[in-house]
Amino acid sequence: MAERNEIVDIMAQLALFADLRRPQLEAASHIFEEEWFTEGQRILRQGFSGSNFYVILDGEAAVRIDGQTRATLGRGEFFGEVSVLLGEPPTADVVALRPLRCVVLGAPEVEAFLIMYPRVMYRMLQAQARRLRNANLWRS
Amino acid sequence: MAELDARPFPPGRYPLVVVGSGPGGLQVSYLLRRLGVEHAVISEDAGPGGMFRRYPLFQRLNTWSKPYAIAERRTRPYEWYDWNSLLGDEPEHRSLVPEFMDGVSYFPSRAEMAAGLQAFAERASIQVQYQCRWEAMRREDDGFVLVTSDGEYRSRVVVVAVGMAEPWKPPIPGLEDAPHYVETRPAREYAGKRVFLVGKRNSGFEVADALLPWARQIILGSPRPPLISVLSAGAGVRAKYLVPYEDHIMGGGVFILDASIDRVERAAGGWKVVTSGERTGHIEFVMDQVIAATGFGTPLRDLPSIGVATFSQGRLPRQTAWWESATVPGIYFAGAITQGAIGLRKHGSAGNSAGVAGFRHNARVLAIHLARTHFGVQIPRPPLRREEIVPYLLSEATRAPELWNQQGYLARLVMFDPAAGCVDDGIVPLAAFVDAEGPDAVAMAVETDASGEHHPTVYIRREGRVGEHALPANPLNTYEGTRYQTELTALLAGLI
Repeated sequence: MAERNEIVDIMAQLALFADLRRPQLEAASHIFEEEWFTEGQRILRQGFSGSNFYVILDGEAAVRIDGQTRATLGRGEFFGEVSVLLGEPPTADVVALRPLRCVVLGAPEVEAFLIMYPRVMYRMLQAQARRLRNANLWRS
Repeated sequence: MAELDARPFPPGRYPLVVVGSGPGGLQVSYLLRRLGVEHAVISEDAGPGGMFRRYPLFQRLNTWSKPYAIAERRTRPYEWYDWNSLLGDEPEHRSLVPEFMDGVSYFPSRAEMAAGLQAFAERASIQVQYQCRWEAMRREDDGFVLVTSDGEYRSRVVVVAVGMAEPWKPPIPGLEDAPHYVETRPAREYAGKRVFLVGKRNSGFEVADALLPWARQIILGSPRPPLISVLSAGAGVRAKYLVPYEDHIMGGGVFILDASIDRVERAAGGWKVVTSGERTGHIEFVMDQVIAATGFGTPLRDLPSIGVATFSQGRLPRQTAWWESATVPGIYFAGAITQGAIGLRKHGSAGNSAGVAGFRHNARVLAIHLARTHFGVQIPRPPLRREEIVPYLLSEATRAPELWNQQGYLARLVMFDPAAGCVDDGIVPLAAFVDAEGPDAVAMAVETDASGEHHPTVYIRREGRVGEHALPANPLNTYEGTRYQTELTALLAGLI
């Protein structure tokens, strides 16, 4: 019975949702759906259209391009947003490295969600800026 | 009714046990029998029908059965126009619900639906050990023991088809004291009352719609704005229940409130509902009645204690693409519980397994899968000549009920087997195909994108890698013209 509160509690600890007050978190937890993946299961598939936006609540996932692991993602990290924002298929697979628990937002709902919660959008931008900085450091 | 008195499956050992006699249990039993898989069916009910023996509360479904449709009744394409009848192999078992409809609506009444299910069970002679309540399950050797009110059943394979039948409430303080949707009284008993409905999905709107002529005021409250099917490519509250929404839009006295329900309290002669929302702020409502239209969970009994993992606040078991428990092999699910197998969630859509329209097709796929993998039944894979493949796949995209009822979830699979040649491998879960190894193959699905357009979507496996190609939409949902033939032929170059 306590699981919805548990999801709100976990979301409250994640940087992406850190600026949301409790009623906003409650609402956000209803807008997202919970989804589990078993070890080895693909969540995003390289080249497939219509993918979604995922935030990891627990577990670990690998980002793979043509079978090569490029990064690993853990609790609080998110994926799928580039594909959703650009309306293009993902350029990588995301694969569960162990049982993975996520919340997911369907692509058609992402824009309205980010406009409703601009602080989440700002946090997402910050994370993207960090990814871009790290990618530039790696190149230089 | 003969089934009421007969005790066809006394406790004992069976190759397979199906639990439940709702549409999910009936459908899977019917199909297993035709595949020659011996099994027992047990049910705590006194007769067939499951949830439809009691619900929907206000006596009419929200899924169509069109007595007159473009496709002929009792044919496979007609199943798309009749979302409520179970699937039959013989004509006398097909399209039964429309037989009982009185023409008032193309949404059957609860009684019409129940009559269709009853007729299916009787005409197909589906045997069920009725009034046999499943109480617990334990593992033993290489299988399971089901403890029931009649005694113990042993089996290596169990199909749990008990429906999303257990009233469920979220952990909101005080809500446990308020009546659930299933305890809603006849509408006229709400005459002149102020009613707060917790929940804005179909059941909340169904109650609101029924109370419109009676209640003094209706408030539907929950954190999330309502998802409306006509605005969200089919998901959410069906158009049939939108009159309360229109009333809200026009300021007629119904309020649709996007707010968290912080707590519910008894107040003098009624209830106090405390809410807080981003836009609404803190509001306390004093109401005559509160109804928790907060949905249902699965009555899994003690399955979690033997390792069956759940999600969605314990309401659904985690499942593989073939509807097997993700954590306890040998336990499968049928019926509405199969909505726990999410599929690819393309464009945000997790399939249509919550309703009969979708899960009846899952049942056929499951029955074939069980027959093959657990009972060694050889299922024919009809050969296809290479020139037949493109027209066949495009015909399936245009009219296969499995592909339309289960968009982006079930697919028609054609395999290019080096030994057997091109074969029709039947309908499969798309999620199972795209991640499975195997010979070159093509799977055809139908998908609806974010703009609401339907696309035949082709998944081609070559040398172990699966690529996806969405074909263009067509204003009449017909995909057999030259343009489609040319495009699909080009995609399959080298395979056909």
